Amino acid sequence: MIKYNIFFLASFCCSLILSGCYDQQSSSVRDNVLVYCSEASPQSFNPQLVTSGTTFDASSRQIYNRLVEFSPGTSHITSSLATSWDISADGKEYIFYLRKDVQFQTTDFFKPSRHFNADDVLFSFQRQWKRTHPFHKTSSLGFPYFESMALGKLIKDIVKLDDYRVKFILNNPDAPFLATLAMDFASILSEEYALQLILKNELTAMDNRPVGTGPFQLTRYQPDAFIRYKAHPEYWKGKEKLEGLVFAITPDPSLRFARLIAGECDLMAKPLPIHLKATLKYPEFKTLSEPGSNISYMAMNTTKKPFDDPKVRLAINYAINKKLLIKVVYNGNAEMAKNPIPPNIWSYNHSTPEIPYSLEKAKKILDSAGYQDGFEMELWAAPVQRTYNPNAIKMAELIQQDLEKINVHAKIVSYEFGTFLSKVKQGEHHAALLGWIGDNGDPDNFFSSLLSCAATKSGNNAAYWCDPEFDDLITQAGRTSIVKKRTQLYQAAQTKFSQALPWVPIAHSKQFIIAHKRINNFHLAPTDGMYFSGVTLTPFNQIQTHSDTEAN
Amino acid sequence: MLYLALRQLLNLILSFFVLTIFTFSLAHLFPQGVSFIVDYIPVDIFSGDSLLHGSQLNNSQISNFQLNESSQTDNIFISYYHYMSQILTGHFGYSTVRGTSVFSEFFIYFPATLELSLGAIIFALGIGLPLGIFAAQHKNKWQDKLIISTSLAGSAIPIFWWAMLLVLFFSLLLGVTPVASRIGFEYDILPVTGFMLIDTLISKQNYAVDAFFNALHHLILPAIVLGTIPLTAITRTTRSAMIRVLSEDYIRSAKTRGIAAVQVIWKYALRNAMIPIITTLSLQVSVLIAGSLLTETIFSWPGAGKWLLEAVNRRDFPVIHGGILAIASFVILSHLFLDFLSMLVDPKWRHR
Repeated sequence: MIKYNIFFLASFCCSLILSGCYDQQSSSVRDNVLVYCSEASPQSFNPQLVTSGTTFDASSRQIYNRLVEFSPGTSHITSSLATSWDISADGKEYIFYLRKDVQFQTTDFFKPSRHFNADDVLFSFQRQWKRTHPFHKTSSLGFPYFESMALGKLIKDIVKLDDYRVKFILNNPDAPFLATLAMDFASILSEEYALQLILKNELTAMDNRPVGTGPFQLTRYQPDAFIRYKAHPEYWKGKEKLEGLVFAITPDPSLRFARLIAGECDLMAKPLPIHLKATLKYPEFKTLSEPGSNISYMAMNTTKKPFDDPKVRLAINYAINKKLLIKVVYNGNAEMAKNPIPPNIWSYNHSTPEIPYSLEKAKKILDSAGYQDGFEMELWAAPVQRTYNPNAIKMAELIQQDLEKINVHAKIVSYEFGTFLSKVKQGEHHAALLGWIGDNGDPDNFFSSLLSCAATKSGNNAAYWCDPEFDDLITQAGRTSIVKKRTQLYQAAQTKFSQALPWVPIAHSKQFIIAHKRINNFHLAPTDGMYFSGVTLTPFNQIQTHSDTEAN
Repeated sequence: MLYLALRQLLNLILSFFVLTIFTFSLAHLFPQGVSFIVDYIPVDIFSGDSLLHGSQLNNSQISNFQLNESSQTDNIFISYYHYMSQILTGHFGYSTVRGTSVFSEFFIYFPATLELSLGAIIFALGIGLPLGIFAAQHKNKWQDKLIISTSLAGSAIPIFWWAMLLVLFFSLLLGVTPVASRIGFEYDILPVTGFMLIDTLISKQNYAVDAFFNALHHLILPAIVLGTIPLTAITRTTRSAMIRVLSEDYIRSAKTRGIAAVQVIWKYALRNAMIPIITTLSLQVSVLIAGSLLTETIFSWPGAGKWLLEAVNRRDFPVIHGGILAIASFVILSHLFLDFLSMLVDPKWRHR
């Protein structure tokens, strides 16, 4: 008996000791595997069915390709499965020339016999579009993006010209259409796989055992634990240097950070502000930040007095200390805003005037507008944490203090988020703290959703500001597809905006990720996505020598 | 012997009956008030919303599954009969979140819990037995008092706090143990048995041995955390049992015959002291299962405890129901097995 006990003890001691020395052995395996501590389990592996970024990270951004894509880390559109495209003069017809010799992934459950062609494009869109399509009703999730972008109404027809040419015919010209096709829900699925699944009567496999053309293919998934990918050996851009990719699903942010520090993950999703500070103590980690494609603003209801007066709006703009807001509310992790679009969206107008914090000017302007004694107003804020605004209530309180200094007495009004939005959409507010996250990197996504005359009817234009000249500019820009012309139009629109100031543009919140130094060539996408294609890893031993030389 | 086996079997049937009565009534206690043993072809693998929620279903989905009769008949005995016939054939329903069979999911997650619990028991026995014996040998001296007071304090430690303390110290400060999960993610191990230690060894990857030690390394801290409460229980039981046995006549005569003290203790005394220890151990099974809920969550250990907890968070009633049923059945079976074991050790029972 005593021998056995000694054995137990010995085995424990052994494993403790071994643990010390094998770290170096395992590093050679880890040199080819990137581990990403993600924040949640995906809802599905089909990007057509969802709107959540977590699910896109796990599906479309690794497994699939789109006809056109955003080039890494930007909102510029580049070719992908379509090598080139022609747009008809009236902007209603798009002909895509498809890439040849694109191989779908070979998995345990599917072996492709043909290359990617027009049928796959047709399948991917018709599945979302046609109600009678056999794959239209395989999931109760529906096709939220396809529906909300109203593509069903926009698209008149999709025609296969030949195996490598597809024509999209639209009902009306729509300049952001290319950007729309670069969005995650427009990923291309395999039609051949779908046909096989019909024969096997396993339609749901389409959504949870994915087959795509992308850089990585799914090997195994255990809900709430991990997702494993391997490099797609016949990826059309060439096989990825990264052999394996693992998503370690860790919902608790503190545990994510602990795992990162312990070296179990190379990348950590959605760090808290305290983690950003703590990272500074660890030289082997770096914080990557990217101005997010978002805007946080205070919309002033221009249909209500006194906000119908542009002078009052200008005064309020002068009176709000945005620097303080960014420091306190965002922990400094945001950029000050002056335009209705973030600077990483093309056509951003750098020449519009920035309005500094100046109580004197604010008072003077308010006096000249006839409000010497100030006025009372309601300031609406929702009690939720959003990407563009981590704490709207706190922001409202700070603004309240600022406005008090120019004799404007603001009363903070707060509702549960859903109620808040619906009440704002009915125009009941004086001023409201709102925000917007762009999802396709196109300026139109901001301008026509938030500031067009049409949006005053839907209530998305919470300032209820309808300037015919401004509206004309953005409508024109939405109709042409020549980028140069659109840029000019949007920049003119921004100048118009800065003259009228229906909002107080407050901030563009930054997004962060903490990464190990061995990760190279990783770009945070402005649309808040994780793309691992093209990422390489420096072997561990080379990093160590590097830090040694630094120490010497 | 046969009598014993029959008695145990009867015990088993009775406890299982009580258990199923409980889980069956859960169906009527849950807010949705539906039977979750639903026999259908899952249409919706990943949807977040409950398939059983009638209002969210459209006609095409309803035609894809038929509710079992049990939810339609009013007679509670008949529905219990249907319920039992489903359970006994392994139909535990389908997860409303993932649409996968609860029964098969259980066998994906449970081996992880079992592995962790076995690690915890080995830790508890490996440390607890020698400590208890040592304390008994030094009865009422300072060594004994130290051990007993420490073990009392240990049994009072909240397990989650203890876990965080250990992680903070060993993983984050010293960096000698991993923070979470069963194995480093760089190792791609195909789950065959579900036991990571076995799967790594039978894996065909060229890093199989490395992976084995990596998995062992990951097991240490969770096993210590989960094994702490059983450890204190075992230490105290061993001590008191050993004190009783050591004062018996046959030990004294063994000693007077000049048999080495080590042999007297480990060969003659411990065997008799084993009976209460095994009883304690069988009581610890439920402690381990309950503790695994916390330990697994803290260490991100993909086991049955975490699985059940996530199901509670998502209101995945079929999983909650099936998980409770399966885990409780396991506890019943393990009690039965340990009872049987203690009878084998106890000569009083062996000869009946």
